[in-house]
Amino acid sequence: MSELPWYNKGLFSSLNLRQKTLLTIGLTGLVLLIIFICGWMTNANLPTDFSIKMQAPSFQHPFGTDWMGRDMFARTLKGLSLSIMIGLAASILSSIIATLLAFLASINRACDEFVSWLIDLFASIPHILLIMMISIGLGKGAFGVTMAVAFSHWVNLTRVLRAEVLQINTSEYVLLSRKFGKSKLWIAKEHILPLVLSQIFVGTLLVFPHAIMHESSVTFLGFGLSPHEPAIGIILSESMSYLAMGAWWLAFFPGIALLIVVLLFDIIGDNLKRLIDPSEANK
Amino acid sequence: MIKINTKRLAKFLGFKAIRLLILLVVIAAISFIMIQLSPIDPVRAYLGQRIVSQEQLAIIGRYWGTDLSLTERVFGWLQTLASGSMGFSLIYRVPVTEVIVQKFLASLTLMLVSWVISGVVGFGLGVIAGAKEDSLADKAIKTYCYILQSSPTFWIGLVLLMLFSVYLGWFPIGLSVPIGQLSDTVTFWQWLHRIILPAITLSIVGIASLTMYTRDKLINVKKSDYFLFAQARGESFWGIIKNHGIRNILLPAISIQFLSFNELFGGTILVEQVFAYPGIGQATVAAGLRSDVPLLLGIVIVSAIFVFAGNFIADLIYQYVDPRLRSEGDE
Repeated sequence: MSELPWYNKGLFSSLNLRQKTLLTIGLTGLVLLIIFICGWMTNANLPTDFSIKMQAPSFQHPFGTDWMGRDMFARTLKGLSLSIMIGLAASILSSIIATLLAFLASINRACDEFVSWLIDLFASIPHILLIMMISIGLGKGAFGVTMAVAFSHWVNLTRVLRAEVLQINTSEYVLLSRKFGKSKLWIAKEHILPLVLSQIFVGTLLVFPHAIMHESSVTFLGFGLSPHEPAIGIILSESMSYLAMGAWWLAFFPGIALLIVVLLFDIIGDNLKRLIDPSEANK
Repeated sequence: MIKINTKRLAKFLGFKAIRLLILLVVIAAISFIMIQLSPIDPVRAYLGQRIVSQEQLAIIGRYWGTDLSLTERVFGWLQTLASGSMGFSLIYRVPVTEVIVQKFLASLTLMLVSWVISGVVGFGLGVIAGAKEDSLADKAIKTYCYILQSSPTFWIGLVLLMLFSVYLGWFPIGLSVPIGQLSDTVTFWQWLHRIILPAITLSIVGIASLTMYTRDKLINVKKSDYFLFAQARGESFWGIIKNHGIRNILLPAISIQFLSFNELFGGTILVEQVFAYPGIGQATVAAGLRSDVPLLLGIVIVSAIFVFAGNFIADLIYQYVDPRLRSEGDE
C-alpha cells in the first residue's frame, strides 16, 4: 500500500481502492473533456488588436497576448483541443494497426517472423525522424502528421499483443476449439479478441500522451500542422523569435498546459491499467 | 575469467551484420520511395518564392532526375549507395557524406556528454529512490520523473533558455561558436560554455526512464533472500546496496542506457533546433524543410546505423559481459 492517492484521508476515506481509482479516472476525464470542449467552442480567428500586443499575463489575458494582440489563453485552448483530436485519431489508428499485426503474427510462423522483423525495422529509425519522413511523404498538414504518428506508435502495443495472442493460442480451450473444427478466424473472433480487448483499450490510452507529445514536437520543427493553425507546436516555435525580448509567457504557459494534458492522460491510462489488470493493482 | 567462445562470437557477429545489411537496404528503399511519393515538389520547395520560367523548371528537373520513373530512381539510388556514395547535398553543395561527418561529429559531443550525464545522474537518482523507498527523496524523485516523462523536450529547452540565457544571462542564446569567430579558433572554455545548456536539456529528458528502471530493479533486489541474509549478517545498509544492489543492476541499467540511442537522436534534433546548435539535428530539419532528399536519406541511414550500434552493444552486454547469462549458452 505504498502508492495511496492524496484523497486517501478525509472526505473520500470511505471509498475503497477500486472506487477511488474510478473516481480518479472520472475526474481526470472530466477535466480533459472540459478542456477539449472549451477549445472546440473557442473561435480560432481571434481579432488582432495591435494596441494590446505583447502584454504580460494579467486578469484579462491570463496567458498574456502575442505580437498581434491575440489572447494566448484562447489560442492555447484551441491548440490543446487540436492536439487532443490528433492524438485521439492517431492512437486509435495505431492500436488498430497493432491489433491487425498481432493477429497476423498468430497465423503461422512465417507471418510471426515477418511481424517481428517489421517491429525491428520501425524501432530502428529514431521516432522523430520516422514521423518527419512519413509526414513529408504524405504532404504534411493534419492528415500527414496524424498518419505519421499513427504509423510510428504501434510498435510497443504490437509487442505486447503479440505475446498475449501467442499465449492464448496455446491454451487448452483454443486447442479444443481447433479440434472441434472451428476456423482460425472464428477462434480469433470468439476466443482471442474478447480477452485482449481490454489490453487494446489500455494500450490506446497509453499511446495517447506520446502521440500528443510527438505531434507537437514535429509541428514545432515545421513538419506538422500548417503555420496558420494555433497548434501548441506552432505557438511555441513562434515564441522562439520573441524569447530574447523577454516575452516568457508566450512559451511558458502553452508548454505547461500541454504538459498538464499529457500528464492527465498518463494518469487515466495508469489507473485504467490498474483497474483492468488486477495483478498490477497491489504494486 | 571471461572465456569467449570464438565460434559463437563469429556466428553472432555474422548474424548481426547480415541483419544490419538487410535493414539498411530496406530502410534506404522505403524511405526513398516515401519521399518520392510526397506531393511536395522538390524543385518548387527548393526554389521557394523565386519566380522561374517553365524551361528553367524543366532543366532543374532533368538535372535532379525528377523526370525519371520511380523504379529507375529507386534503383539508381540503391546503386549509388552501394558504390559508397550518398550523393550530393542540394543545400550545402558538398557530398552528403562530408556534411554528415561534419555535423554528426558536432552532435556526437553533445550526445555523448548528455548521455554520460543522464546515465550517471539517472542511475544515482534511481539508486537513492530505490534504496529509500517511500521516503521524501523517493517521492520527490518519482514526481520529477513523472513530470519529465510527459514534458516535451523542446519545451524544457525553451524554459531553460529563457531562465538561464535571457533572464539570468549566464549562457549565450545559441550557436556553438561566438559570432565573428572561426570554428577552429574557439577555445575549450568557449565551447564548454555553449554546450552546457543543450547538454543539460538533453540529459534532463533522458534521466526519467533510467531512474524509474533502476528504482524498480533495486526494489526487487531488496525483496530477495540474499538481501535479507546480508542484513541478517549485519552488513551496513549502504554496504548491502553497494555490494548486492548496484552490482546486480548496473549491467541491465547500462544496456538500457545503450538502448536509449533512439530517443537520444530524436532529442538531439529538437534540442539543436531550440539552441540553434549546428549539428545533425539542424541539418535534418533544414534538409526536410527544403527537400534536400539526398541529405535527408543519408541522415536516415546514418541514424539507423547509430541506433543499431546502441542495440548491438546492449545485446553484446547481455550475451557476453553478464556472467549470469553467459554461463547458460556457452557450455
